[in-house]
Amino acid sequence: MSAPSIFTRPARLAVIAPYLWMALFFLVPFAFVLKISMSQTAIAQPPYTPVFDLTAGWEAIKAAFAALSADNFRLLVSDDLYVLSYLRSLVVASVSTAILLAIGYPIAYGMARLPRRWQSVAVMLVIVPFWTSFLIRIYAWINILQHDGLLNQVLLALHLVSAPVVWLSTDSAMYLGIVYSYLPFMILPLYATLAKLDPALLEAASDLGSSPARAFWLVTFPLSLPGVAAGALLCFIPIVGEFVIPDLLAGSDSLMIGQTLWLEFFTNKDWPVASAAAVVLLLLLLAPLLLYDRLQRRQLEAR
Amino acid sequence: MTDDAAKAAWDADSARPEPQPAADVPLLRIDAVVKKFGAFRAVDRLSLDIRAGEFFALLGPSGCGKTTLLRMLAGFETPDQGRILLDGKDIAQVLPHQRPVNMMFQNYALFPHLNVRDNIAFGLKRAGMPRPQHDTRVAEMVALVKLEGLEKRKPDQLSGGQKQRVALARSLARRPQVLLLDEPLAALDKKLRESTQLELMELQRRLGLTFIIVTHDQEEAMTVAGRIGVMDAGRLEQVATPRELYEAPGSRWVAEFVGDVNLFEGQVEQRENSRLAIATRDAGTVFVAEPRQPVTKASVCVAIRPEKVKLSRRGPASDAVNARAINRLDGVVTDVGYLGGLTTYKVKLDSGAVLRSSMANTARLDLDAYSPGQRVVAWFTPDDCVVLEQ
Repeated sequence: MSAPSIFTRPARLAVIAPYLWMALFFLVPFAFVLKISMSQTAIAQPPYTPVFDLTAGWEAIKAAFAALSADNFRLLVSDDLYVLSYLRSLVVASVSTAILLAIGYPIAYGMARLPRRWQSVAVMLVIVPFWTSFLIRIYAWINILQHDGLLNQVLLALHLVSAPVVWLSTDSAMYLGIVYSYLPFMILPLYATLAKLDPALLEAASDLGSSPARAFWLVTFPLSLPGVAAGALLCFIPIVGEFVIPDLLAGSDSLMIGQTLWLEFFTNKDWPVASAAAVVLLLLLLAPLLLYDRLQRRQLEAR
Repeated sequence: MTDDAAKAAWDADSARPEPQPAADVPLLRIDAVVKKFGAFRAVDRLSLDIRAGEFFALLGPSGCGKTTLLRMLAGFETPDQGRILLDGKDIAQVLPHQRPVNMMFQNYALFPHLNVRDNIAFGLKRAGMPRPQHDTRVAEMVALVKLEGLEKRKPDQLSGGQKQRVALARSLARRPQVLLLDEPLAALDKKLRESTQLELMELQRRLGLTFIIVTHDQEEAMTVAGRIGVMDAGRLEQVATPRELYEAPGSRWVAEFVGDVNLFEGQVEQRENSRLAIATRDAGTVFVAEPRQPVTKASVCVAIRPEKVKLSRRGPASDAVNARAINRLDGVVTDVGYLGGLTTYKVKLDSGAVLRSSMANTARLDLDAYSPGQRVVAWFTPDDCVVLEQ
């Protein structure tokens, strides 16, 4: 006799639903992009060949498959433009994540140590900027940073500088914009981890002879590492693909991969190369995700 | 390592001098300590001496200030007034990490990212103990609480009882002059709690350390402690041995808080050869033995523990008993509660008051059991009564 299954029909659906979602909205589109990345450009509609035509018969489809090639990927590796874009994206994302961590950790720590009733107010304050459109906030920064903008006016009025400083179209402006935009994504997971920390653990550390600073490094910090990893990934991954902020705030002398992609798609109309660049970007981002997943699994196994 | 070996190793390289058993100088003196939270006085001018090597329990209802007092001894709270003298030195303002006192926390507060070994070694590393010595000490502690083989486990992989042992080992590893235990057994189930109580007593005796335990469980306090301080509203109501506390409670509050009790309010009517006759509303005239400290007020309260109230079908007839001026009350059994080892009865007296009695079930076939509705005589001797001033 078989045991009654807990997987009744609705329960089974609930288990399958996320996989269906992933298949429909991630795997299928990814297959399209992968296919385009292996095609060649053409002045046509759509702007690449071959095109699979399911009505043309089996032989035509076989021919279309044969026409696919990895040429675009070879181009990506051989051309400095793409390699430098990838490198710049990784450097910008790493530096930004480090700055975000350095600013976000103390803020999250301070929030977690506020009296309970003030903590929800602090969380609100972190979220409030989301109520304004992201683009408007970046344009506001352009306003502040431009030649006769607020920042230069204040610096001149205070006699800190004698002539207006060039802020806009520099890497500093870009980093400012990125850090400003992504700070909530760093603070919130860190705060969530730190707020859960049992204050008795710090008392125990101090009871066993640790000064407050040592107690922080020996207890609070190691226990907040899952939050650090979550915040860092939540920032690092989208920053690698970031396109709007560098486009609006940074100079035009070096591009991030997001900008290069955009140029290929909309200016050069080279969908296949752009798709190949997107596939490589995805593979690059998969590495830190898999690493995080492995760390988490190891932590679970240790339990 | 055997227990004796552990004890020998413990004694051999003891870091601190043996506690001086100078009889009149207490190890710990709490002197008129006040702790306020806003307008609320959590601890209210409390004074208490604790001797070296003592197992002392702070007992009280929740919110009575016992935990606050313990936290002041650990250094997590600072008294607003008063002194805390440890070995003659005032430690009231000393930071927790600089006190020769350790605490075992209520939910153990084990470091979840460290294994058993590193949890126990945590305090030793902070003390800067050299590696070989510190390895020996950890091994000693592991043996002491019988956790051999579990050194590499993380707290999440331990049972409640094992966690409790790690917490105990961790708090003992630095050999504190005083070990503070905050409800250390509250998270364990009843059977485990009882065996752990005995182990805790055994450990304290063997190590000769001073233990101060905070608990709301009076049976636990009575089992483990040599002396108990009963607290209410930030003050000590009574400090006494478990037996004194139960048989000679210092106040009506203590009598009611510790164990069950029957109380009868009344007036002292007559006083003759070390016996008082007290006129009560609910139980008529009750004869009680004159307490050691003479009663000064006229309005008093007579307290009798339920197990001292005997029931019988007819009144005790023997002359010898009569000569001791037995107290007899007539009534009807209303409730019978069979608890295995004992049976509790509620007897409605003819005055309308309810008297509680409990009797040990000393025979398997109890022919003397009473049933609801049965008329009985409840009786108790003057020596079994305690007179409390209102």
